[in-house]
Order: sequence, then C-alpha cells, then structure tokens
Amino acid sequence: MESKPSDLEIKSSSQLVQGIQAGLPIFLGYFPIAIAFGTLAVQAQLNWTEAVLMSLIVFAGASQFVGVSMFLAGAGVAQIIATTFFLNLRHLIMSLAVNDQMRHFSGGWKGFLSFFITDETFALLTLGGGDHRSERRTPTYMAGLMITAYLGWVTGTAVGGLGAGFIPADITTAMTVGLYGLFIGLLVPPARKSLNFAIIAVSSMILNWALGLFMDAGWAIVLATIFAAGLGIILIKEDV
Amino acid sequence: MKVLLVIVGMALVTYIPRLLPALFLDRFQFPAWFRKWLQSIPYAALGALIFPGVLLVEKDQPLLGLAGGLMAFFLSLLNLHITLVMAGSISIVILLQYFFF
Repeated sequence: MESKPSDLEIKSSSQLVQGIQAGLPIFLGYFPIAIAFGTLAVQAQLNWTEAVLMSLIVFAGASQFVGVSMFLAGAGVAQIIATTFFLNLRHLIMSLAVNDQMRHFSGGWKGFLSFFITDETFALLTLGGGDHRSERRTPTYMAGLMITAYLGWVTGTAVGGLGAGFIPADITTAMTVGLYGLFIGLLVPPARKSLNFAIIAVSSMILNWALGLFMDAGWAIVLATIFAAGLGIILIKEDV
Repeated sequence: MKVLLVIVGMALVTYIPRLLPALFLDRFQFPAWFRKWLQSIPYAALGALIFPGVLLVEKDQPLLGLAGGLMAFFLSLLNLHITLVMAGSISIVILLQYFFF
C-alpha cells in the first residue's frame, strides 16, 4: 500500500505553514509588549498565573493594560469590566469583516476563530496576503495566523510575569510604533491601487481625530470606522 | 477572588462582541449597500487605528511616533515585506530615542 498523504492533507498542512508565516510579524510585535504587560501585571499585585490567565482568556492588549492599571488604582470590578467592554466594541465591527470571509466555514470554526480577532489579526486577515488573499481563506490558514499571534502574546506575558525579561520603556515605545508600522504597511499598498479606499482611510483618520477631541478614544475609533466605511456605499460603484 | 472575577468578566465582554457576527452574519442575504460597507471596513478601521494614535505612542513626543509612521509609509511605498516595514519604523524610533530624546 502506498502511504501517500491525500491532496487535501498536503494542502491543509501547507496552509497551516503559510498561516504561521503570515502571523510571525504579529508574534514578534506582540512578544515584547506582552513582556511589558506581564511586568506591569505583577507590579499591580497579580500573581504570575493570573497574568497569564488574563492573556489566555482575554487576549486584548489595550484593555489588558487598562484593566490592570485600573486594578492597581483600586477601581471596582464592574467599572473595569465596563471599560473593557467599551474599549473592545470595535472588535464587533472588525469581526463583521472577518466573518464575512468565513461564511463557508462551519459554525465551530467561526466561533473558535472569532476569539482571536484583534486589531492586528483583523488587519492581516483582511488586507494582508496581497493578490493571493482569497485563496488563503481557509480555516487552517487563519488558525495558523491567529494562534501564532496568540502565542506571542501569551508567552510574552509569561516571560514578563516571571520577571525573566525586562523591557525598557524606550523599547516598548519603539515596538508599539512597530505595530503601527504593521497597520501602515498593510493599508498603503491596497489604498494606492484604489482611490476610493484611500479616501475612506484618510476620511476615517480625520474623523477619528475630530471625534477624539470631545469623546473617549475607544468610541471615536468605533464611530469613525462606521461612518468612514459608510463612504464606501457612495464611492464603490461596482456590485460586490 | 476579585482578580479572578475581573479576569473572567473581561474575558466575557471581550469575546461576546467578537463572537456575535459569527452567530448571525450568514443567516441573512445582505443588500448591495451593506456589502460595500463591509468591504470598506478594513480601510476605515485601519485609518482610525493609525491616526492620531501613532502620535500618542510617547505622550510628550509626538514627533517620535510621526517619524516611525512616516518611515513605515515610505517603506510600504516600496512594496517591501511587512516585517521590513515594521523593522524600519522600529529602527528609526530607536535611533531617534538614542540621539535626540
């Protein structure tokens, strides 16, 4: 008997590898920032397992920093949870776009993969991959990408929580700029090819800045995204 | 105890918004305008995530974030791999921190 793996298996293992490769930039971006988070969490009197547990089941950078800082400042449970909720509402909009690509996946895959939606995984899944984007919309590819990002966040938290890695504030700043570099690097190439999408992106920047003058940054991002994407309804001519 | 309550509560309110679209999105056939809106979300979301956030990375030094952002912008015009774009913006910030800030 030949023991050749079926075409399907070959395809799915190479999709996994491609997904992991695509997720590596996020792994590298998350890791040092997660070390900083783990360090902060332990300073805020969380123990190591609590810090790692938070990264394991919350997996949302900004709200974890805010949550731990509020905890340190003595904020109440409900207050911290409510803040987290509003801070992460933008993921609802991002999840709409990601789930639109997962229409043909089973319910289980959709529920599982949706857990891993962050600003960065959303950005890579919707705009990364250049012209081969649609071929890569498989559960294994997406799982490889998202779990790679997740492991960067969780292992970084573990290292920081153990006090094993100290990341100077300057490096955290530089790495945070690196994640903005990820956003910019993903946005610019497709926006150059389509004036409509460039207009939508720039309008969203201006709107977000203006809204941020008189409301919370979390809300400003949500509203700017909803309204600037609304421009697409007018600008995009062809049927999609 | 309070810590565990906070962690589990945060986990729930973070997962629910992520999960909701998975539960209902494919039950409806959406009109063309909604599909255009969906298609535009990545561009709008990234625009809002980038600006003005990139200027606030170091609160007193908006020029630091600006330099990193501009570097990423110019490198991405060259169609470089995303890792190189990130490395470029990180490097310029580290250099500026070392020499000026």
